[in-house]
Amino acid sequence: MSEIRTFQPQFQQQKPSEGQAYAPQPGGAPGPGGQMGDQSDSAIRAFLRARGNSALADGGFRALMVLCGFSIFGIVALIAIVLIYRSGLVWHNFGLRFFYTYDKDPATGQPLYWDPVNGHFSAVPFLYGTLVSSFLALLLAVPLAIGVAIFLTEMCPKMLRAPLAFLTELLAAIPSVIYGLWAVFILVPLLREHVNPLLSKGLGWTGLFTDDNPTGLGFVSAGIILAIMILPIISSLTREVMIAVPHSQREAVLALGATRWEMIRMGVLRNARIGIVGGVMLGLGRALGETMAVAMVIGNTAEIHRNLLANGASMASVIANEYAEATSDLHRSALTELGLALFIVTILVNALARLLVWAVTRGAPAQAH
Amino acid sequence: MPLSGNPIRSKIRAATDNAVTGLAILATLLVIAPLLAIFGYLIYKGASSVNLDFFTKIPKPVGEEGGGMANAIVGSAVLLALGTIIGVPVGIGGGIYLAEFGRGTKLANAVRFTADVLNGVPSIVMGMAAYALLVGPQVSWLPFLGHFSAFAGGVALGIMMIPTVCRTTEEMLLMVPHAVREAALGLGVPNWRSVLSITVKTASPGIITGCMLAFARVAGETAPLIFTALGNEYWSLDLNQPIAALPLQIYKYALSPYDEWHRLAWAGALVLIVLIVLSVSLVRYVTSRGVLKGAS
Repeated sequence: MSEIRTFQPQFQQQKPSEGQAYAPQPGGAPGPGGQMGDQSDSAIRAFLRARGNSALADGGFRALMVLCGFSIFGIVALIAIVLIYRSGLVWHNFGLRFFYTYDKDPATGQPLYWDPVNGHFSAVPFLYGTLVSSFLALLLAVPLAIGVAIFLTEMCPKMLRAPLAFLTELLAAIPSVIYGLWAVFILVPLLREHVNPLLSKGLGWTGLFTDDNPTGLGFVSAGIILAIMILPIISSLTREVMIAVPHSQREAVLALGATRWEMIRMGVLRNARIGIVGGVMLGLGRALGETMAVAMVIGNTAEIHRNLLANGASMASVIANEYAEATSDLHRSALTELGLALFIVTILVNALARLLVWAVTRGAPAQAH
Repeated sequence: MPLSGNPIRSKIRAATDNAVTGLAILATLLVIAPLLAIFGYLIYKGASSVNLDFFTKIPKPVGEEGGGMANAIVGSAVLLALGTIIGVPVGIGGGIYLAEFGRGTKLANAVRFTADVLNGVPSIVMGMAAYALLVGPQVSWLPFLGHFSAFAGGVALGIMMIPTVCRTTEEMLLMVPHAVREAALGLGVPNWRSVLSITVKTASPGIITGCMLAFARVAGETAPLIFTALGNEYWSLDLNQPIAALPLQIYKYALSPYDEWHRLAWAGALVLIVLIVLSVSLVRYVTSRGVLKGAS
């Protein structure tokens, strides 16, 4: 307590001088300020003196809050350092080749992408799986998400708007593992029995859909479940940027005689497009790193197939499956390298997405939800 | 601009307009459908297995009927409590920094941006980092290190809560009018007291909302727990030991070949989703009737 009190005169010297910027000697803080403090010993001031000054407490509090804020930098830095350190072994042994080459069986010429027991490591099949499943997810989710956003912001009766928005947001609240559970027992059998044969029959000529996988797992299953998962992110951000488009834009286009769709196309979507791209990229960021649901339905074989109905593996899924039981230091290091790559890519994608969304909504008026 | 008086053209325009309206409605229905399907199946498959045993018994060995997920429910509670203890104070502190001390500064913008980006880092990477920090290294004189433990899982969950809590706290604090702060400071309340007792208190419904959202988000997280908490078939409340968690158990049981375990997985998923939907709805309810709107 005594330590805190020593700060008290300082406090009283400064405060009055700040308040009296128009006084003849504004700069002479200690002199006149101190006198002021001594002269006007009102009840409030006496009360303040009695309860002690708080410069120390204030400083400490501020420092603590700044520390909390900066801990976020610390966390990101710590993750990066730990991952770089732990993947050093693979970086030392393979370098960048880890990401674009793979071993081949000298006898048969068959690729040996990933064989931890015999020391073959390559990120290629996992990069392929992650990219293909995420791309499929975007292909399915983006048109739907934009459609939902258009419906909710421009067409929907006011009464339905809040409940529908809540329902789409609820989709974002469902945990990944529950999506996976549902996919394993409901979606995959459905695809296996009804959809995959159709895809194979109708689009088999492209070579992308050959129904020779009895499990029903694979890239298509993963892409569909990912699409459902990233939809709410894309649609809620698209909605946000569409709401941010000023009403005058809509009114201007309508006044020129446009139909509602023309108004949406020319007045809203055109103005919101950068933000929508940002939303799509956020969805991509989520799709790239999504783990549990993908691990449960992609099939988990480190192979590359042009056939989208075949089994595959993604970066996140192989980490989830193998990291806890990694057989050797090199194996664990290779998985960590995959995690590091995922970390860097998702950070870049998210950063870019945030910048795009921010660029659009920055000047927007307070949004009425 | 297509403003011609051509009747065919305006018919095409009207038809396009209708078609787009139809497509937008179709898209909305297509999005709602999986949601209903997921909830429908969770109730259909899970409800029959949610009974008293489910909440009071631990899993039976393979081949035996019955058993429950009591250990996983309690384990999840332990992990979430630990995560909340770690994540919420730091997150709120960070939010206070952004809204009260760093407002408008470049440094605060950088913190805000980093928080948003950290929010997008895949949870599996978080788990991996937690493993590399807490499970991998062997330091004999420090507790909790060097093996799978509930502690490591809780830390991973706590770190994942920080960005969400931080950003919602900031948003809520920014909505508190300046006059309130000035009134407090004008009465001679020290700044720290004004922030905690006036500003934060005013915004507390919104801040609690943010915490609950973060809680609901990590409650279902599996990926960061696979190589930290690991899972456990038995009762354990020891922070120093592997611990069961509901999402982990669902994952394991869903991929098992046993019908009995599938049944438990559905029941577990139903319990988990009810927990999450309840907290999200509560948040909705509180924010829609409170003064402070805007949390979503």
